[in-house]
Amino acid sequence: MLTDLHKQLLNDFQRDFPLSPTPYRDIADTLGATETDVLAALAELTGQQFISRIGAVIPPNQIGASMLVAMAVPEAELQTVADQISAFPEVNHNYEREHRFNLWFVAVAASAQQLQAVIGRIEQQTGYAALQLPLVDDFFIDLGFKLDWQHA
Amino acid sequence: MDDTDRRIMHATQAGLPLTPEPYQTLAEQLGLSKEEVMQRMAAMQTSGIIRRIGAVPNHYQLGYRFNGMTVWDVPDEQIDKLGQHVGQLPFVSHCYHRPRHKPDWPYNLFAMVHGKTQAEADGQIMQIAEVLGEYCRGRDVLYSTKILKKTGFRSSGA
Repeated sequence: MLTDLHKQLLNDFQRDFPLSPTPYRDIADTLGATETDVLAALAELTGQQFISRIGAVIPPNQIGASMLVAMAVPEAELQTVADQISAFPEVNHNYEREHRFNLWFVAVAASAQQLQAVIGRIEQQTGYAALQLPLVDDFFIDLGFKLDWQHA
Repeated sequence: MDDTDRRIMHATQAGLPLTPEPYQTLAEQLGLSKEEVMQRMAAMQTSGIIRRIGAVPNHYQLGYRFNGMTVWDVPDEQIDKLGQHVGQLPFVSHCYHRPRHKPDWPYNLFAMVHGKTQAEADGQIMQIAEVLGEYCRGRDVLYSTKILKKTGFRSSGA
């Protein structure tokens, strides 16, 4: 069950997490709570995976090179191919989606050249062609995601 | 971005420690001072290497079960203006321009939507269609049915 403190921490601190020696105490002061309460609430939120983590979000391609890749894999082979792809340490997201292109993953490498080598190895190992969808432009507007509690 | 910056980013990949002085905890792990850790993170934020620092919500766990990747075919000459508009819609978490691969893949504009119900997601997709208006030449929605892997840097690239 999410308390008001949980909700405030989720909604109000998607950005501007304090870069101060005692950020959790600063957040507690802002919210009229104690540092202990804030630390406990954040531990609960991460423990129950309501937040993936508290940390830095990096725009695509700031560190190394990344590629969104789609593959069309027959249903019967999907799990096997998905496992092969997930086993690559360079793959950090891998989703099954309802579409002819039913496998979508993001590969990251230190350079564009290394990235192509990884995608080549994935194609070779799985036997399926990679549809490469690099980022051309990121229409990023810094508003964060407004969470809706009414239907929670 | 130098090697020390990279070490800081690597150490915070799984999240900032939940200790009263998280930057001090990191600094001890890295053999730096907490002032240097904070200063470097602030500098990376100013230069755009870091987009933001904060809680990263897990939409699925928060009840958003209808996470759709909406894809659209719009004229290349219009995509910058249209992408800005779509990216500003409050329910769109990411909005990207990616290349087409005709004939297999005719879509060049990607927008991620998140609904708690199918009806809510459908309504969001309709609002995007309204923004695009006559420029929308084709569209599709790909719902995720399974998260097979999700680790490491959330570079907001997916």
